[in-house]
Amino acid sequence: MKPSTRRRLFRGSLYVILVAAIAALLLSANWKEIKYNFLDVEIAKQLFPAIIITAAKNTVVYTAIAFAGGLLLGLLLALMKLAPVGPYRWIATAYIETFRGLPALLVIFGFAFAVPTAFASWDPPGGSASSGLIGLILVSAAYIAETIRAGIQAVPAGQREAARSLGMAPGWTMISVVLPQAFRIITPPLTNELVIIIKDTSLLFIAGMALGDRELTVFARDSLSQFGNSTPLIVAGLMYLVITLPLTQLVAKLERHQNRGR
Amino acid sequence: MNAQESAPAHPAIEVRNLHKSFGDNEVLTGIDFHVGQGEVVCVIGPSGSGKSTLLRCVNRLEEPTSGTILVEGIDITDPETDLNKIRTRIGMVFQQFNLFPHLDVLDNLVLAQRRAKKRGKTEARRIARQNLEKVGLADRADAFPSQLSGGQQQRVAIARALSMDPDMMLFDEPTSALDPELVGDVLAVMRRLVDEGMTMMVVTHEMGFAREVGDRVVFMDGGVVVEQGKPDDVLGNPQHERTRGFLSKVL
Ligand SMILES: Nc1ncnc2c1ncn2[C@@H]1O[C@H](COP(=O)(O)OP(=O)(O)O)[C@@H](O)[C@H]1O
Ligand SMILES: [Mg+2]
Repeated sequence: MKPSTRRRLFRGSLYVILVAAIAALLLSANWKEIKYNFLDVEIAKQLFPAIIITAAKNTVVYTAIAFAGGLLLGLLLALMKLAPVGPYRWIATAYIETFRGLPALLVIFGFAFAVPTAFASWDPPGGSASSGLIGLILVSAAYIAETIRAGIQAVPAGQREAARSLGMAPGWTMISVVLPQAFRIITPPLTNELVIIIKDTSLLFIAGMALGDRELTVFARDSLSQFGNSTPLIVAGLMYLVITLPLTQLVAKLERHQNRGR
Repeated sequence: MNAQESAPAHPAIEVRNLHKSFGDNEVLTGIDFHVGQGEVVCVIGPSGSGKSTLLRCVNRLEEPTSGTILVEGIDITDPETDLNKIRTRIGMVFQQFNLFPHLDVLDNLVLAQRRAKKRGKTEARRIARQNLEKVGLADRADAFPSQLSGGQQQRVAIARALSMDPDMMLFDEPTSALDPELVGDVLAVMRRLVDEGMTMMVVTHEMGFAREVGDRVVFMDGGVVVEQGKPDDVLGNPQHERTRGFLSKVL
């Protein structure tokens, strides 16, 4: 067989498999049930505007808080991990390895219920939702710390040397020369962290929340029981995509931009 | 400044019995070296002979393993010495320029003036513009380093070092990373500094430059100073076999 014939046959069979799989899926689905249970326009309409002004808004607010907190704590941990003093490095390493190794759901659950039991004085404003949010901050900080550390180390040594040779102190060198360049390098992975946090705010459901504190997933689940219909899941899913898709597109664009050389 | 202070009581740089190892690799094996006030010393030698390491020890970008380094009489290996302060008096120019890519040209010159010399914004900018003028790049103050040619970047780097009002300048192969047609502009700026009486230590492969403006040429090989003297003597009539071998390859 000629190589070109073989190639054509191979591609042809790939298409055949694909079409067969889609056909099997479409034929086996219960379309009446799907239309009735997932795509009920009347129910979808009733979700508005609450799904935007409460649920999506809270998802965004929780994301902003968790990302900002994660950035601050992550930066601190990254600097600790690069510290000249051993114990700082050990603590940072232990923290990062622990929180990257634990399921986020478990940590959030722990802060919503276990920590308040262990420490009677633990009572953050905002109740159990914000306790859970603290868990989310602690987990995301572990990932963000590693990203920031990698960014700092990716700044060429000559940059630090130039700053130091001009008489700038180590602190100023870090703040004015190294960190601005590090954050430029890590903008794509940091944006990815942000997308992950958006999705992980859904884990806050385990903490339980007051009506006005509900974010998209809790809101969808409550509406699902309320209407006895799965349409709210579809609408909430679309809301997540509305938030995350522009960001993932932005990451792709940034990466292309960086690959072209800044 | 009164007359007594400005009198050159000490050599600008004095290195005594300097040893430097990276792990097991002893790169400098007992260097004695000095640069007088206002003197221009060119350091030549084969790649890997320790020229950069010596230069970098002078402002302690490298930690000496043993030995003494005095800058204007101040022992910079003494842990009590304020390194940041000393470094503002020693301008350094790197082979790879090392401009700050996230800052425009003016801010490259302003940053350390503000952070290390604690100058006000207006003063720092004025001094920055003066020095850009001096290297012929006054019109590129708003450009970013990536928008400049290598030769322009290196002149900005020189202006950045000069903006700290250093007493001396260290150059580590300032023209080695440049396209040949851009070397001349950088050397012209350096010549001008020589004419102004700047104390300079220049690691270079530009033998023409060394001969023309150097007060002294130092030949290093294998981590020691093999030979030094007037440029015409060292370059024209080398006494050591190793110097002759090196010069026959580069001249
Ligand atoms: N940071 C470093 N770590 C380990 N070895 C080094 C380092 N810097 C320089 N060296 C070694 O020291 C020797 C001298 O280097 P260098 O001073 O750069 O020589 P030159 O500038 O004369 O070419 C080389 O063998 C080099 O590999
Ligand atoms: Mg070198």
